[in-house]
Amino acid sequence: MTDNKGVMIFTEVVDGKLAPIARELLGCGRKLAGELKEELSALLIGSGVAGVAAEATAYGADKVYVVDNELLKDYRTDAFVGVIEKVARQANPRILLLGQTSTGNDLAPRAAFRLGTAVTLDCVALEIDASSKLLLQTKPVYGGNARAIFTMDTLPQMATVRAKAMSALTPDSARKGEVVTVDAGLDAATIKTNLLQKVVQEVEGVKLEDASVIVSGGRGIGGPEGFKELEELAKLFKGAVGASRPPCDNGWVPTSIQIGLTGKVVSPEVYIAVAISGSSQHLAGCSGSKNIIAINRDAEANIFKEARFGVVGDWKKIIPAFQAKAKELLGK
Amino acid sequence: MNIIVCVKQIPDPEAPPASFKIDPATNKVAPPPNIPPVISPFDEQAVEAALRIKDAGGAKITIISLGVNLLRDVVKKPLSMGADELILLEDPAFADGDSWATAYALAMAIKKVGAYDLILCGRQAADWDSGQVGSCIAEILGLPQITVAKKLEVRDGKVKVERVTADGYDVIEAGLPAVVTVSNELGTARYATIKGIMAAKRKEPIVWKPSDIGVETAKIGAAGRRVKMQKLFQPVREGKCEVITGENEEDAAANLAKKLAEVKLL
Ligand SMILES: Cc1cc2nc3c(=O)[nH]c(=O)nc-3n(C[C@H](O)[C@H](O)[C@H](O)COP(=O)(O)OP(=O)(O)OC[C@H]3O[C@@H](n4cnc5c(N)ncnc54)[C@H](O)[C@@H]3O)c2cc1C
Ligand SMILES: Nc1ncnc2c1ncn2[C@@H]1O[C@H](COP(=O)(O)O)[C@@H](O)[C@H]1O
Repeated sequence: MTDNKGVMIFTEVVDGKLAPIARELLGCGRKLAGELKEELSALLIGSGVAGVAAEATAYGADKVYVVDNELLKDYRTDAFVGVIEKVARQANPRILLLGQTSTGNDLAPRAAFRLGTAVTLDCVALEIDASSKLLLQTKPVYGGNARAIFTMDTLPQMATVRAKAMSALTPDSARKGEVVTVDAGLDAATIKTNLLQKVVQEVEGVKLEDASVIVSGGRGIGGPEGFKELEELAKLFKGAVGASRPPCDNGWVPTSIQIGLTGKVVSPEVYIAVAISGSSQHLAGCSGSKNIIAINRDAEANIFKEARFGVVGDWKKIIPAFQAKAKELLGK
Repeated sequence: MNIIVCVKQIPDPEAPPASFKIDPATNKVAPPPNIPPVISPFDEQAVEAALRIKDAGGAKITIISLGVNLLRDVVKKPLSMGADELILLEDPAFADGDSWATAYALAMAIKKVGAYDLILCGRQAADWDSGQVGSCIAEILGLPQITVAKKLEVRDGKVKVERVTADGYDVIEAGLPAVVTVSNELGTARYATIKGIMAAKRKEPIVWKPSDIGVETAKIGAAGRRVKMQKLFQPVREGKCEVITGENEEDAAANLAKKLAEVKLL
């Protein structure tokens, strides 16, 4: 029997800094580690990432494992699974958390099974059970219609966490932490996939994840022209445009602006849902918004159950009139 | 070229949210009355991906589905779209597994099929949204995995995949055999043809029991779960929407703007 202790966070790095999800995970991990009275560690994997260790410490890690290797420059499943396996066997965490990101959701299941344990993906809440000390993993299921709480007896207990479900701590640069460098020990021959190209589809203006106002359109918008109108409205509020899945599937807008269970998770101050019915899968991506405003011609549409304010009617009439009045009130 | 596609029968995920119910007696999801189950949508897209490869260069497509009470009209849909064989792992012992237990049984069935170049799954089954079976099959069979694919191309013993990322996509290549999981960005699955439906009617599925695929029964179904469910519940929604009205739609829209200004949301 191994003696598993502590909480370990796989901290993703974006543009040489901790990804927002990594900071959120450290915030959550700090709490869990505190309840267990055990250590919080961060696991940094990549090429040229050693410098990020200080940031991980500032955001709450007691110890940072750094695996820096050229072969780890881009995410590749086999390489990262191999490294996670190595570090997890060395450090023996009780809990190992990753982000529900395109890297995390590819990496976590395979790493879990390699380690002989299991993982719950896309959790929105994590707690330590008072009596069993097990990690209670709350995950939306059935497209968000229900939630389930899972546990596992195998170690490490693993989960991925949805963006914006946890809060980061205020960074403290005075915090002290230990840095442990681990050799990747990679054999290039075990990496069975080859990354040929990374294609980034730039979206103009404010990023969805950062926007405080989002104007989001659904199937009822009817085509790409309608989204031009939504863009204008978003510009007025210095916000961003999002969409439900059908406009993305139909090619009216880029797939990267899809909001929902299998798209982006957003939590703006104001989310204006235009001609969106409010399926559970869509709400999975926007129900964390502070204020949802629904515009829909169907008074029975589910979106009104989530909204704070709503107008029933045809968006083609409502949006221009709303925009004109808003412009006037904003003095523009 | 032999392609295996894993498809799961699930309650219709696009049924109206109001029809979703949990049976408090069993702590299980009560299937909505009068709404038939479907093949999980991403799995249908995995079938579509296989059919596109078949269209381009020929392939034999074998469908595998694990579960209980598998409605023949539902699980035969891939056949009516153009797939060649249907294998059902249908036995109570297979039921209620987690991703691990399910993937183990599917991997053992795939081993028994023997000939495979490409294994396709959906990115996640739209009931539990677990999102792991593809990776587990790959791990058990020791194969490369590429998840969340929107485009696949098979050439010279390799599969080239466009994998959806948060802000675009990666182009990834792997040697065959490989496991690829498919996402909705692939595009809508084709409809069944009349000819396909007739052919599917005549085709009997092969049904395998645990003993047929040499699994350890302690590792499949509910017995094989590593992930234990402690609780299942429906979050309560407040549902306090203030509907803004006016003399007409334009007026209501202007009133909405005023209201937002009033509560300092503008
Ligand atoms: C596993 C899975 C994952 C999914 N993931 C996602 C996801 O991440 N994101 C997502 O969005 N969906 C997702 N979906 C799809 C989801 O189930 C719904 O099909 C989708 O959200 C519906 O989009 P919609 O509301 O735009 O369209 P619809 O449901 O068709 O609604 C259109 C709405 O527009 C209104 N309307 C039409 N015309 C007008 C008009 N002129 N003026 C005003 N209102 C009008 C109608 O009243 C209706 O309410 C997923 C589905 C599955 C099964
Ligand atoms: N019972 C099943 N029968 C066949 N395929 C399945 C089954 N469960 C899961 N799969 C496949 O694995 C994918 C991911 O499932 P999951 O990990 O359960 O979300 C699905 O999209 C299917 O392709």
